[in-house]
Amino acid sequence: MIMRIESIKNYKMQEQANAETRPYKLATRNVNAYYGNKKVLQDVNMQVRPNTVTALIGPSGCGKSTFLRLFNRMNDYIDTFRKEGEIIINGIDIYRKKIKIEELRKTIGMVFQKPNPFPKSIYENVAYGLRIQGINNKTTLDEIVEKSLIQSALWEEVKDDLKKNALALSGGQQQRLCIARALAVEPSVILMDEPASALDPVSTSKIEDLIYELKQHYTILIVTHNMHQAGRVSDKTGFFYLGELVEFGDTKQIFTNPKNNKTENYISGRFG
Amino acid sequence: MNNATTNRIKDNLLKYFGIVCTLSGLIVLAIFIIDILIDGVQRIDWEFMVSLPSRFPEKAGVLTAWTGTLWILFLTAIIAIPLGIAAGIYLEEYSKKGRLANLLEINIANLAGVPSIIYGILGLEIFVRRMNFGGSLLAGSFTLALLILPVIIVATREAVKAVPKTIKEASFALGATKWQTISRQVLPASASSIITGIILALSRAVGETAPLIVIGALAYVPFVAKTPMDEFTVLPMQIFNWVSRPQHGFIINAAAAIIVLLCFVFVMNGLAVYLRNRGQKKIQ
Repeated sequence: MIMRIESIKNYKMQEQANAETRPYKLATRNVNAYYGNKKVLQDVNMQVRPNTVTALIGPSGCGKSTFLRLFNRMNDYIDTFRKEGEIIINGIDIYRKKIKIEELRKTIGMVFQKPNPFPKSIYENVAYGLRIQGINNKTTLDEIVEKSLIQSALWEEVKDDLKKNALALSGGQQQRLCIARALAVEPSVILMDEPASALDPVSTSKIEDLIYELKQHYTILIVTHNMHQAGRVSDKTGFFYLGELVEFGDTKQIFTNPKNNKTENYISGRFG
Repeated sequence: MNNATTNRIKDNLLKYFGIVCTLSGLIVLAIFIIDILIDGVQRIDWEFMVSLPSRFPEKAGVLTAWTGTLWILFLTAIIAIPLGIAAGIYLEEYSKKGRLANLLEINIANLAGVPSIIYGILGLEIFVRRMNFGGSLLAGSFTLALLILPVIIVATREAVKAVPKTIKEASFALGATKWQTISRQVLPASASSIITGIILALSRAVGETAPLIVIGALAYVPFVAKTPMDEFTVLPMQIFNWVSRPQHGFIINAAAAIIVLLCFVFVMNGLAVYLRNRGQKKIQ
């Protein structure tokens, strides 16, 4: 038994070491972003390794949500939005003309601030991403729905009730359903925009445990207002202030020994 | 008398004033319906429903009129519904917000307010003369479709706008295209409101007389329309014709025809209310 734990530990350390050396999963190069004439992101450079959790923190309106939404091009729907610089996923600039936006989004899952399940059954919610790709085979769908719900730690609670309307679930369950829905299309990156801010503490801790689990398979970017949450779940933390990435580094270092005054003030709760 | 008492009296006064205002409309409607029922209900029987019009009030019936109304309802619906929904979706989901969109919006709102007789004149010029439909069902349906199009467009837009943005975002984030999002999320979520708007618009079309008079619908049509190119009459035309006759028998016929028309409209409005309630339940 002890040997086994040891070997798991070793394996995890190995994993960690691998993660440090693997090529970057996500990167941005000199990114500026504007809404009309208002500049919301200022020369942001960030690199993210695969299978890590990166927390984006900062006061409201600092640009962190805009930054998050660059990676699945959700900002494209805002008429006045404009960006400069490169956003690179797996070595490819995702804003190139050739990139098909729908294809991109199948590889980049997103979880929103407020749980937003479709007004359909639990099953159809998870199957949606597959159905729009034309996958309607019942066995395949059953399999993936189950797998995704297990991964999002919701399966045990809903397995007898898959036909039930998703809106009848509690807020925390809805959010885990939204995570299952994102996982079903097998993305490699998951973007989370304050996924626990509308939830009670118990649901929040479930989501946090889940994030830790998901890290084994996915690269996760998470926007959060909750400092403790950032500290608990993330490997790296980026602090945004007025559109600039003020400081970016290991979470431990950012929280215990921030290099920048603004970071220190924000983390210690002096503003924001 | 202290302040609280005066306030309470004011409160009560306003309440009773409100009740009187609410009732005044309903009482007038009730008087009208009772009056019509007293006059007309004796005349309604199977014979009245299946008889052709006639010079003699006792022999005259509303067969051509109600079949004409059904025809008009059907044709107007298949012309106006696809156009209205498509236009509403385009304006809400596809068109870029800007000066052109504003212009379109103002124009559509204005069109909804244009008097129906103007549509009649438009229909006369375009459908009856230019397109050579004559005073046919088709000309009448196109004219009425134009009349209710703005109402359907506005209803569709409002319904589509009411679909939460978060639902659309969730769909896009999973890699859905715009059309997939509209057809699988937006339309199902807004369907009951859209249908309600359409039914209310159609029930307005059923009651219209002026534009049909202008395009030359006839009051006396001695046969049931078989194709959309046939001449026709509708219930309001028949009523209009009968009330302007001097014989008392036709006045009774008119009352009976009004009851038939009211049944049409009440059933349609009832359906609209039912669908709206069902839609609200689904969203909750």
